[in-house]
Amino acid sequence: MELIFILSTLTGPLLLAAMGGLTSERSGIMNIALEGFMLTSACVVAVVSVATGNPVVGVLAGLAAAIVMALLHALLTQAYRIDHIISGMAINLVALGGTNFLDKRFTDLSRQGEIPQIPMLVFDVLAFGLPVLLWLYLKRTRGGLRLLAVGNDPDKARQMGVDPIRVRYAALAATGLLCGLSGAMIVTNAGRFTDGMTAGRGFIALAALILGGWKPIPTAVACLGFGALYTLQLQLQGSQLFGANLPSQFWNALPYLVTVIAMAGFLGKSRAPAGLGKE
Amino acid sequence: MKRGWVFGLLAASLLAGCGPSESTRTEEATGKTVTSETGSTAEKKVKVGVVFDSGGLGDKSFNDSAWAGVQKAQTDFGIEEKHVESKSVKDIETNLMTLADQGCDIVFAIGINQKDSLEKVAAQYPDTKFAIVDAVPNPDLGLKNVRALLFKEEEGSFLAGYLAGLVTKTGKLGFVGGQEIPLIKKFYSGYAAGAKTARPDIEILPAKYTGDWNNVDLAKAAANLLFDQGADIVYHAAGRAGLGVLDAAKEKGKFGIGVDGNQDGVAPGNVLTSMIKHVDEAVYSTIKDVKEGKFSTGEVVYDLKVGGVGLTEMEFTKDKVGEENLKKVEDIKAKIVAGDLKVPSTLEELAAYKPQ
Repeated sequence: MELIFILSTLTGPLLLAAMGGLTSERSGIMNIALEGFMLTSACVVAVVSVATGNPVVGVLAGLAAAIVMALLHALLTQAYRIDHIISGMAINLVALGGTNFLDKRFTDLSRQGEIPQIPMLVFDVLAFGLPVLLWLYLKRTRGGLRLLAVGNDPDKARQMGVDPIRVRYAALAATGLLCGLSGAMIVTNAGRFTDGMTAGRGFIALAALILGGWKPIPTAVACLGFGALYTLQLQLQGSQLFGANLPSQFWNALPYLVTVIAMAGFLGKSRAPAGLGKE
Repeated sequence: MKRGWVFGLLAASLLAGCGPSESTRTEEATGKTVTSETGSTAEKKVKVGVVFDSGGLGDKSFNDSAWAGVQKAQTDFGIEEKHVESKSVKDIETNLMTLADQGCDIVFAIGINQKDSLEKVAAQYPDTKFAIVDAVPNPDLGLKNVRALLFKEEEGSFLAGYLAGLVTKTGKLGFVGGQEIPLIKKFYSGYAAGAKTARPDIEILPAKYTGDWNNVDLAKAAANLLFDQGADIVYHAAGRAGLGVLDAAKEKGKFGIGVDGNQDGVAPGNVLTSMIKHVDEAVYSTIKDVKEGKFSTGEVVYDLKVGGVGLTEMEFTKDKVGEENLKKVEDIKAKIVAGDLKVPSTLEELAAYKPQ
């Protein structure tokens, strides 16, 4: 039971962030800024929740902040044609420095106790439900097909009367929303904001997205795999393997080791959206 | 044109992210009181530079503690202070050099990560004094201007483990570390030895290491696993990530033990105690030595005897611990201070340790 609980808290943020990455990359915008969106949201949720005393307002503010950051990424890459990777990197750096500043500026350093929170269960339900909804959306709705069309071939989409730029802004708003939820989930579980608390999970979500071939359900399975590996490595630390007591570093590296192996084995099958990074 | 945007943005973000975000304070108020008190002796203010570790201010432990020492020195001596946070290891060298360039009399490098950078910078600025926390520069370099501020974490951790051994009901204790490195093993060794001394039949569950100093979720998960396996007290030495351990203790109604700074208030009543490392004291006394011209180089060790490490007052948990147990902790502390009890600082020493 405890393991399932741990699994859900470790997998949830990955699921949400990976789905955020999916809407962005499926629309053709490369996105390494998931981490930045998550961190921004986490910080704003904490600061606003404390300031208003209302966790719902806090989460809404966090989502809004992440959406603004995501739209900034869309603006930079679409209107100003900045390289997608460079824009993403810049956003990550701004988020890292900005949240550090925000946290220090608006919270008392000796602040004790916790921020007001909404129940984790809400996030769990969202995290595990959204991949299915997204899958249905992409498969069954006109909007979903447009998103896929723009990501696969923006020129053809344009000829068919779909405006790629508009679709991409909408897709990035969704990215912001989903990554914002991910950040909110992280800060809710931790009970407070600490610097750099997303700890690279935006990038792990991206790895899961690639492993899952940019498809909602396989990506969700990859996220679940990562969550399970994190849980497993914690659980197995200190236990014997083939009679040897392995150092904790081996267990810590396990999720990444498996990623490398999986990438090497699966990358041939995993195909990126054809229009990724195209104008 | 487009490139210009890119570089401008990148530069801006780099500045925001890792530039020396200086907040220079000359502390006018204290400056005034000093002159009014001492009157004619218009001494030159000591200029102190501090380079914080990547954890930065607000970690409620290490860096905050160092900062408290600087602030105390500021109130007492009216020093001039400059501090910089390092967002990543590659900034440290630049930050140390910047502070030395600005004419600081003494530059503090807070944390083990700054060792390599400090060795380089200290050699380049032989006239500037340096002090580094938790690390000893390579003796082969023959640096004549560096003081190493070291702590006997194992002694403080021993007390924490001893107390945990007295308080535990299940007879099982847990430990969550940031990384399995010698420094963190010192914490673990002292803790385990203390627990065994208090209760020989105690079971110390295998230590969990997050491999990350930031991932609060992971540390919380590790603590939850340990609580699930029957531990009722978990000690952490995992930096900011370790706050997750205290959070888990709160949710489960068990005990966590804080580290470095006083973390008792993070989850009042569920943090049994905190093993305090008085970085503030080390920083303060070093500034004092500089001020009085008594600065010496080499290693300065802050142990239990001089109050460099120790437990908190247990503001919120005193009643749960009980007078009798507190007394026992005091007794064992006296033994360590008197040198009758040698606390193990490595896993090898721990294996050879026999509770008395």
